[in-house]
Amino acid sequence: MTEEIIIAGFGGQGVLSMGKILAYSGVMQDQEVAWFPSYGPEMRGGTANVTVILSDERISSPILHEFDTAIILNQQSMTKFESRVKPGGTLLYDPNGILHHPTRKDINILKVEGSRLAVEMGNPLTFNMIVLGAFLKAKPVIKLENVKKGLEKSLPERHHKLIPLNLTAIEIGQENLVVVQIAEAGC
Amino acid sequence: MSVLTDRINEIIKPENLVYAKSPLLNDDLMHYCPGCSHGVVHRLIAEVIEEMGIQEQTIGVSPVGCAVFAYNYIDIDWQEAAHGRAPAVATGIKRVMPEKYVFSYQGDGDLAAIGTAETFHAVNRGENIVMIFINNAIYGMTGGQMAPTTLVGQITSTTPHGRDVDLNGYPLRITELLAQLPGAAYVTRQSVQTPGAVRKTKKAIRKAFEIQAKKIGTAFVEVVSTCSSGWKLSPVDSNKWMEENMFPQYPLGDLKDTGRADAELYRIKAK
Amino acid sequence: MGELRLMKGNEVIAEAAIRCGCDGYFGYPITPQSEVMETLMTLRPWESTGMVVLQAESEIASIHMVYGAAGAGKRVMTSSSSPGISLMAEGISYIAGAELPCVIVNVQRGGPGLGTIQPSQADYNQATKGGGHGDYSLLVLAPASVQEMHDFVILGFELAFKFRNPVMILADGVIGQLMEKVELIDQRPRWTNEQILEISGEWATLGKPSGRKKNIITSLELDSYMMEKNNLRLQSKYSQMKAEEVRYEAIACEDADYILVAFGSAARICQKTVQIARKKGVKVGLIRPITLFPFPEKIIAEYATKVKGFLSVEFNAGQMVNDIRLAVNGKTRVEYFGRMGGIVPTPDEVETALEQRF
Repeated sequence: MTEEIIIAGFGGQGVLSMGKILAYSGVMQDQEVAWFPSYGPEMRGGTANVTVILSDERISSPILHEFDTAIILNQQSMTKFESRVKPGGTLLYDPNGILHHPTRKDINILKVEGSRLAVEMGNPLTFNMIVLGAFLKAKPVIKLENVKKGLEKSLPERHHKLIPLNLTAIEIGQENLVVVQIAEAGC
Repeated sequence: MSVLTDRINEIIKPENLVYAKSPLLNDDLMHYCPGCSHGVVHRLIAEVIEEMGIQEQTIGVSPVGCAVFAYNYIDIDWQEAAHGRAPAVATGIKRVMPEKYVFSYQGDGDLAAIGTAETFHAVNRGENIVMIFINNAIYGMTGGQMAPTTLVGQITSTTPHGRDVDLNGYPLRITELLAQLPGAAYVTRQSVQTPGAVRKTKKAIRKAFEIQAKKIGTAFVEVVSTCSSGWKLSPVDSNKWMEENMFPQYPLGDLKDTGRADAELYRIKAK
Repeated sequence: MGELRLMKGNEVIAEAAIRCGCDGYFGYPITPQSEVMETLMTLRPWESTGMVVLQAESEIASIHMVYGAAGAGKRVMTSSSSPGISLMAEGISYIAGAELPCVIVNVQRGGPGLGTIQPSQADYNQATKGGGHGDYSLLVLAPASVQEMHDFVILGFELAFKFRNPVMILADGVIGQLMEKVELIDQRPRWTNEQILEISGEWATLGKPSGRKKNIITSLELDSYMMEKNNLRLQSKYSQMKAEEVRYEAIACEDADYILVAFGSAARICQKTVQIARKKGVKVGLIRPITLFPFPEKIIAEYATKVKGFLSVEFNAGQMVNDIRLAVNGKTRVEYFGRMGGIVPTPDEVETALEQRF
């Protein structure tokens, strides 16, 4: 099993840390992992994206040009990455702020209203964990117990008290995944 | 011959000894020109190290310039730095061996032109090193070109019509600038043109090394110096020219003697 | 099994330095490698191992601080990215000339000039052919994974002291920013003063005890005959490196008709190309030079009589390809494919290039 993922959105949405938690969870599941961020001025308030590879085998190229799953969190990223989802792959997005919804027929399209749910939870910082929950529902590549271990490993000890909140957010994400479209076969 | 030898042997009897070269200065013939100040300053450094008994703990850093071969003359461990980089090299040595004495020895081109950044930042960090600065207002090694400290109107091979402020800017009083930095513990300007001046300079160098032991910041000693070859003057005339022209621009005396600024004043108070 | 962590290449440089007993790091921030110093400053090793960490006023100052501290027999290092390494060129030449051991990390970005902060391998020639003035060589290690970033810090110090020569770890923005699993070595002690005396006492400026000659660290020698002798000594060192320290990885080369040659992150991409091509029935192998100096010319020369061609894949305009051509010496075709300006080619692009060239 190899899962090649991009997470793309605005800086400040927790894109990089969501990728990090996913990668750490993969390590806890004895997988090979690679996490590669966009870096530079993009880090400071503009778009941010990170690719994560989870695999049972040694990872050759850590640089991805197409993805099994794209997690899209703003319009710029939708414009940039929709075309780069592999045929039969998955596009998961938060419709908040999206003007041009995905149009491809040959991919699975899923959505989760992460921004709204985070606000409803009373803590906008849970946004990325809600999205992560939705992803794990769509692609159960990591067991939840390993995500918990991944959280423990990637968060500094002083933030460990936030782990239950994060797990709740993941659950909410799982419960609120909406299937928009299943890929048309044969495309 | 034998009469002469007998007379010499009579004169050099140990009981007639009134002065001896520091054993830290070896017998190699110095490459410096007659009348050059470098030799005197070398001697003073050797004497201070010997008198303080710190030969085994002292590392010198020589520059690029006339003093590049300083390591040939004083019997301690040395590193030869790239042009202008002696303060960085000295910082590297001192940071990994804070228990040792480290001094840099630089001329005006090295310290105040190509190495200005390294000089400023070493002093600003308050590196616990001694910096010796030989200011003779000219590049000696490369053949008498303009230095940052060359006086207005002074003739050099690259200012053949005299230093022109419109073309070349102004003589740099870098020592005054360094004295303002909070990292500087002791900043002084001396000279070695008379026995009295030599004694004062030796005191200053000794004090600088003692400050290093106290670890209270950078100790900086400028020595206003002569370059008879570069100035194209006799050694005696050079001293006279220096007193008349250099001293007004570079007045002698201590510029700072308070130790490094009290770090508590600068430190962010812990919440 | 050492501690397993998920870390960025840049972070692991810092962690490995502390753990292998490094005495000092002097650096200046530049993207994409600033995490090296940031990590060190966060970990505060001066409180644990006694390792010194200092942010200098420039790359020029950094490398000369390294010169000074290395001259004291300490294990010291710096890191930077391409424009910063250019600034260090003077100091690196002095360090090579004065025969001092140290580790220099270059997390390359695209040039020339200020260029881009995206990954590149355009400093290959600078790293392997000098970079500064004079006849000198660095021993150059090219990591292709975060694990190798870790391992090469440790290996780098070993080689630096074996040869009294600067070692460069030539990484790029991909390996610097990439996070992978890495197994860390257990903490090793820094060398004691007694150990340093034993290892480097003959030349290091530790303070001159009575009874030994003074030690002088210098690259200066005005007597041409002596200077030629110094140069010959350096050259014999480089010959010894060529004889003893060549490292490479050969993947799927035994039955290959074509061999890709790539280092660092380009080699990772080529691994995937090998898989893609073999699925199509094209027998492709990969030689990954691990030491760029000394260059693995023997293995390339051996395969030159067996394969139909080599394709050098580089994130530059074709630099390593010249070393491959020298090794192949006309025995088979040698072609180049690469991208510049911070663009990382896809494995498919490489495969297409291979098809087009041959």
